[in-house]
Parts: sequence; C-alpha cells; structure tokens
Amino acid sequence: MAITLTVNGETRTLDIDAQMPLLWAIRDHLQLTGTKFGCGMALCGACTVHIDGQATRSCITPVAAVQGRQVTTIEGLATAAGQAVQDAWISLNVPQCGYCQSGQVMSAAALLASNPKPSDADIDSAMAGNICRCATYVRIRSAIHQAGATLSAAAHG
Amino acid sequence: MYFRHLREGAAPGTAAGSSEVTRREFLKLTTLAGSGLTLGLVLPGCGPKSASTAAQATGPLVMPFVRIAPDNTVTVICKHLEAGQGVWTGLPAIVAEELDASWEQMRVENAPAQVPLYGNLAFGGKLQATGGSTATANSWQQLRQAGATARAMLVAAAAKQWNVAAAEITVSEGVVAHAGSGRTRTFGELAGSAGRESVPTKVALKDPATFRIVGNEKLPRLDGRAKSTGKQQFAIDVMLPGMMTAVVMRPPRFGGKVSSFDATKARAVPGVVDVVQIPRGVAVVGRDMWSAKQGREALSVSWDETDAEKRGTSELLKEYHAMALGKDAVSVITRGATQAALDHAAHRVEGEFEFPYLAHASMEPLTAVCRLGADKCEIWAGCQFQTIDQGNAAAAVGLRPEQVFINTLAAGGTFGRRANPESDYIAEVASIAKATAGKYPVRLIWTREDDITGGRYRPLNYHRISAAIGEDGKVAYRQRVVGQSIIGDTPFAAMMKNGVDPTAVGGSAPEQYDLDHADVSWSRARAGVPVLWWRSVENTHMAFSKEVVIDELAQVAGRDPVEFRLSLLGRHPRTAGVLKLLAEKAGWDKPFAQKNGRGRGVAVHESFGSVVAQVAEVSVSGDKIRVDRVVCAVDCGIAVTPDVVKAQMQSGIGYGLSAALYGRITLTDGRVDQTNFHQYQVLRINDMPAVVEVYIVPSTSPPSGVGEPGTPPIAPAVANAVRAATGIRLRSLPFDLAAARRAAV
Repeated sequence: MAITLTVNGETRTLDIDAQMPLLWAIRDHLQLTGTKFGCGMALCGACTVHIDGQATRSCITPVAAVQGRQVTTIEGLATAAGQAVQDAWISLNVPQCGYCQSGQVMSAAALLASNPKPSDADIDSAMAGNICRCATYVRIRSAIHQAGATLSAAAHG
Repeated sequence: MYFRHLREGAAPGTAAGSSEVTRREFLKLTTLAGSGLTLGLVLPGCGPKSASTAAQATGPLVMPFVRIAPDNTVTVICKHLEAGQGVWTGLPAIVAEELDASWEQMRVENAPAQVPLYGNLAFGGKLQATGGSTATANSWQQLRQAGATARAMLVAAAAKQWNVAAAEITVSEGVVAHAGSGRTRTFGELAGSAGRESVPTKVALKDPATFRIVGNEKLPRLDGRAKSTGKQQFAIDVMLPGMMTAVVMRPPRFGGKVSSFDATKARAVPGVVDVVQIPRGVAVVGRDMWSAKQGREALSVSWDETDAEKRGTSELLKEYHAMALGKDAVSVITRGATQAALDHAAHRVEGEFEFPYLAHASMEPLTAVCRLGADKCEIWAGCQFQTIDQGNAAAAVGLRPEQVFINTLAAGGTFGRRANPESDYIAEVASIAKATAGKYPVRLIWTREDDITGGRYRPLNYHRISAAIGEDGKVAYRQRVVGQSIIGDTPFAAMMKNGVDPTAVGGSAPEQYDLDHADVSWSRARAGVPVLWWRSVENTHMAFSKEVVIDELAQVAGRDPVEFRLSLLGRHPRTAGVLKLLAEKAGWDKPFAQKNGRGRGVAVHESFGSVVAQVAEVSVSGDKIRVDRVVCAVDCGIAVTPDVVKAQMQSGIGYGLSAALYGRITLTDGRVDQTNFHQYQVLRINDMPAVVEVYIVPSTSPPSGVGEPGTPPIAPAVANAVRAATGIRLRSLPFDLAAARRAAV
C-alpha cells in the first residue's frame, strides 16, 4: 500500500506493506544504509533513529505508525548535539568495527539534546539499550562528556 | 621477504628486499591487482578511481602494497580484514612511517583475494587470511619494506629531475626536498616519474628511534569519520541494481537435512520472488528483507534428522565429566613426577571448571552479496579468509577459484566467526545465486536468531585440575581438558601434533610458569555442534583455570598472588616484566580497602606472542558482581598505533567480561535454547567498568598480537577478586555467585 514517509526532511511515498518496520523501508527502499540492522527486536539499538527528535528503534516501528512524523537518520543528523557527538566520537577514536556506532551516535545526540550535562549514571541509563560488541563503552562515556562540554561552551560562548 | 615470492627463481635465503622485480613484472602485478580494485569504480567510498590513469605521464606510482596518486594521496593496499581491530590504521602507519608521508594524505583500500602476493606470512603465505592476531606482526617487515621502496623511488625521480645526488634529498611530511637548491615536490607531483624508476634492489629501513608515526599516541583512525557518520560501507549496505534479498531456513538441529518443503504459502507473500533449496536449507528470496523474512515465516520444511545431534548440553557435560576421569586422552605436556608430588604436597588445590558454548554475536549479522555470471562470480562480504572464501564460493557455483572475485568490505565485527573453513555464509549466498541461475544479484542476510542459533561456537569445555605446592616449594599441576576439536575435521587438521589440537589446549600452566611437575592431557569430545575459534580461542578457557588455580595456590600457601606468580616466572622474564608494571600501576603494594564487598584480583596470560596482565577491582552486592576498575598492562612488542592497542585492550576486557558475566549457549535435545540478545545476554555500557587503564611496556621487539590477547585475563582476574571479596570460588562461566555460594556450603 502507499505509505508516505518524511525522512531527513524529504517526503516520499512508497508502495510497501504498512507493517514493514521503518528500518527496512529506510534501508531497502530509501537506500539510506547508515541505520543498521542488529537484532530486529529492539534489543541492541543499532537501528536507532529520531522520530520527532526522540530516539526510537526503527526495527520494531511499523511504517504505518510514523506517517506524518519527522524521521531523522544518521545521514540527516544536523543538530548541534549531533555534530558535537560526532566530533567527539572522531577525536576520541571511539569506533572500532563501527557497525553499532550510528545507533550509538543517535542515542547520544538525543540524550544531550534533553540533558546537556549527563552524569556517568545518566549516560549508562540512556545508552544501555545500545550494544557494542567491541565494547567501546569507556570511550562512549568520555565522548558524551566531551560533546556535552562542547555544547555548554557554545551555549555560553 | 617483500618481493621474494614474485620471482620463481629467486635464490633461497635472499636478503630482505634484495631480489629484483622488473618494471614489467610490476605492471603485470598492477594489472592483476587492478582487476579486483574495480570495486572502487562501482561502489562509493572504496578508494580512488585512478586505475585508468596508469599510462599517463603524470600517473600514479603503483606498487603491490602502496599507490601514490597525482592528487597526492597515498593508498595502502590492505591484505587484511578490518573488523574493528584497527588494521586500516596500523598498516597504513607502517607504510607512512617508512615513506615519510604525512598522516593526512594516507588512505586505505582492501586488497583482492590473491596469493602469494597477499598471503598471510604467519600462515606460510599460501593463504590470504586474517586471524590469530597476526595482521600487524606478519605485515611489519613487508610494509616497512614497501614504504621504504616507494620512498626510494620518489627520491630517485626527484634526483633525476633536479640533477642532484639522491643522498642530498630529504623527505618529510609528504614533501621531497633538496636543501641546497631550495626545491621541493609533493609525492603526487613525483608519482608519475617515480613509477618509471626501476625498483631498488635494496633499501635502508629507518632506525626505530626516529619513528614519528609508528608509536604516535595521537594518530586518528583512518576510518573514524566514516564510522561516526554512518558512511562506512559494510556488506549489508551493498546495493546493486536489481538486487534481491535472501534469508535461509536452516535445520533446527545441527546435522539435519531438508527432507521436503512446501513453498506455496511463502510464494504467496507479496514481494517473494523465489524459494529454492540449497545444501544447508531452503532460501526465500524477496525484493527486500521484509518480504524475504515474511516469506520464511510462511515456509514449511520437513527435516531429515537421522544424522542430527540430539543431545543437549547437560548430557554432553555429563559425558565430559566421565571422560575427565577416563583413560582415553592424549598427553599434551608431561614433566617431572606429578602424581608423587601431588601425593606428598604441603598445599593442594582441586578444581572442576565448566565453560559453555559461546556465540560470537558480532553486531553485523553475517551478510554476503553475490553476483553470478556465466563465467564470473563476484562476492561482497567482510571476508576474513579471502582465498578460502574464494575457493568455497567457486565450488558452490561450479567455477574455478580465479573466476571468483572477492570484494572484502569492512566487517561489523567478527571475533573469529567469519574465519570458518567452510565459508558457511559465503557458500550459502553463492549457492542461492546458483540455484536462481544468476537472474539477479542476491544479498543473503542472517537474522540475529540465525546468528545465535547458527553454531560455530566457542567449544563447550570441562577442565579437572589438581595442583599442589610441595615441602620443597615446587609446584605440581595435573590437568585434564575435555572438549571438541576446532580444527580436527577441517583442512586445518594438519596443524595437529601427536593428536593434540593446539586450538583446544594451548597456553596451559606448565607452558607459562616454571612448574617442576606437570601432566596436562586432552580428551577429545565428539559432538555435532559446530565449533570455531572465538576471540583468543583456547586461551578463553585455558587462561581461566590456570590463573584461578595459581591464585588459589598462592592463597593456600599464604603468599601474595603477584609475588607468588613472579616466583614462578624465572624463565618467563617478559611475563614477569608485564606483571611488575601492572603491580606498580595498579598500586598493588598499597593497602586495598577490602570491605563492603570489595576485592581485587590479578591474572596474567601470554597469547599470540603478547603478554597481558590485568588487575580487576570488584564490588559484590548480594549475588551481583560489579567490576569497578581494571588496570591492564601489555607487552606487544613495538606498539605501532598505541591508541589502537589501548582500544583493543579495552575491547578485549569488555568482550571477556561479557562472557564472564553472561555468555552461555545451551542446547536442549539438540536445539539451541537462546535466540536473540534477550536470552543470549551480552555486556552493556552499565556493566562496563568505570575505569579501564591500559599501560604499554616500552619495547624494541617486532610487533605481536593485540586483537585477542586482551580477552583471556579478565575473567580469572574478576574471579580472583570475587574470591578475595567473598571467599567464594567461581570455577565456572558465566559466573553464578548464588550457585557458587550454595555449592560452598
């Protein structure tokens, strides 16, 4: 059936199953491959996107549920928090295999947008849904703190 | 070594880099290499498009491991798989160092499958493969030589252009200069003419004391940006025109076969285009992943389970326990008079240890793409065994290996899983392409359930150990290991010596400590559950029982765990050195507040040519173990990229901790009980220690492994810390403190 999606500010109508998870619509039909498949059950966070700014697992979100809402993928992440997170990720050499990192970045950007100065406990709680088998977790914590500091400096600067 | 394999007639024993390669041979090589590099022309993000400019006057300098383009980029051709361990940074660093390039101009690109050119020298060079933490070690001399050779050709070209002596020319940060005349050229400006220089027969390598890229703490990863912005391409991201997506229904028990299937309902699912039988199951092909997956759910298959494994892990373990007491075993190490020493010991420790099957659970589920033509087969995957994958794909489609083109992409983790002798997922995608007659390119995706239930696990293991310290202070150690062989029924069986699989029982206590009496034996278990190397292979279990028993010996003898180990390391000075650095950095000699459930423990282990020691500080609350801080020391020879070494230690610690706290695959009646991350739990950020400090022992020895050696010590270090905190002995993984408490009563 015809499904209309707004992804990264662009509206497209696709002829797909209304129950198709957003993940596969984004990847297979919009060819936006930065969002990853990891588990299909919202257990690992590799598929995290923003829906109206909220970090959401796209692998269990049917496309029918997001019509008329703003979907942002890693390709369209353009917020100040998103930029600060990516800069920190690069400067601290966070990624290893890199496969989960789109999801990590999307979760971290959403966290900082609502809580620009998270504690370690805040980070653990917000990021516990994102698995990294390379266990880059120590650097993820540091990078979120660094990105938070960058945002604070920009806000006061 | 560098070019020796290129000339059949080269004299054996030729000094490094001194054999000749003519320009004609280079061009031939270049052409061969170029055939695989067409990947860069059809897919984004895969390197420069300069292949066709080779003939132009201002063309590139093209060599087997390095290409310098007129745009001043230096591309290192990487023969190894980048799976997170950092070869895309470390190997370019080696070339950049000898070339005197600037880090900003470095690029990296994967090599095609080709031996001997891109063979792994640690495996004899006949196999292109990444594994055993050998990538840096086997490339070290080869890539230094490659960088120095390219540098010499740039210098020769500049000397000719400027009509000055080569000795007067300097190279720094990618700029070739002649101080006397004040002239400079970039690499890009010289590349074309350098390409017309003859290849030097001998080049000088740098004095390591002058290294500025190798050993640089601040080197950014070359893949850091792509991997932080979603732009890194993995096999699952390959999009070819007209491509279809496949999933496979495989037998519910290992060893089962398709008896018959009814595809009527599956074919009725919108978007499903084909349902075909392949050797390992039935493939459902759809226009996208969702339709293929829906189609598989509607598929009905009956299985022939005549040869299937029907035992569960509890039955297997019961058998292993009996085997540990039986006589059917091969001797691994025999030394001194072990039985007598055990009988007359002053202090004795006994232990039984159980280790579960473990899935690798890489974040990118196994994925491969195949495009099959009449006389050509192209594969895109995170290939870890490139030439084996090439052979297995060729066999699956009925072509010769040289007709199969392997495009190695970054892998979203592997931990050993992609290095399997049967190339399971690659053979599957090739079989699907064959069964659908190459009508369309096809992408095979394993779901997470396919991955967790799909086998090729770290083997289930059982150890039984008796160890003792005699009145004379000498240590006796008897160990029986029971487990499946990883290489036993594969082409790698040739690695077995006297019936012993070194990937099943390596790294035992008498190998790593000065023990006077030792008797280590192995009973090979047989089970239909496929097994494989899992990050650090045999060391995952061998290091655990060794380090726990040594620690308990120290305890019963009233000795400090570090001091006791050092007393057994007289013939292992490198291990002793790492342990001493660790003790200093962890503040081992300072009092540790062992109250409120806190404790600390130590472990050390040598694997893959490197030594890693760790101190874990834990807090135990009820039956919950929390690791607060880990201090790690590593001796890996020259640390080519120290930040990557540190990252690998952090990663190894997290991966090992995941197995220690959660990892367990069980089978009931031959069926795997876990299907996804809710049942096969892995370490999440909230369980990662708040502090992980890594210290590298300064070294002038050639580099050794770092991808795996960080994993073995963490589980025993934590177990020893928990024992220090609670008195409870954790002998089996994953840790179950409640069960251990019950057993201790």
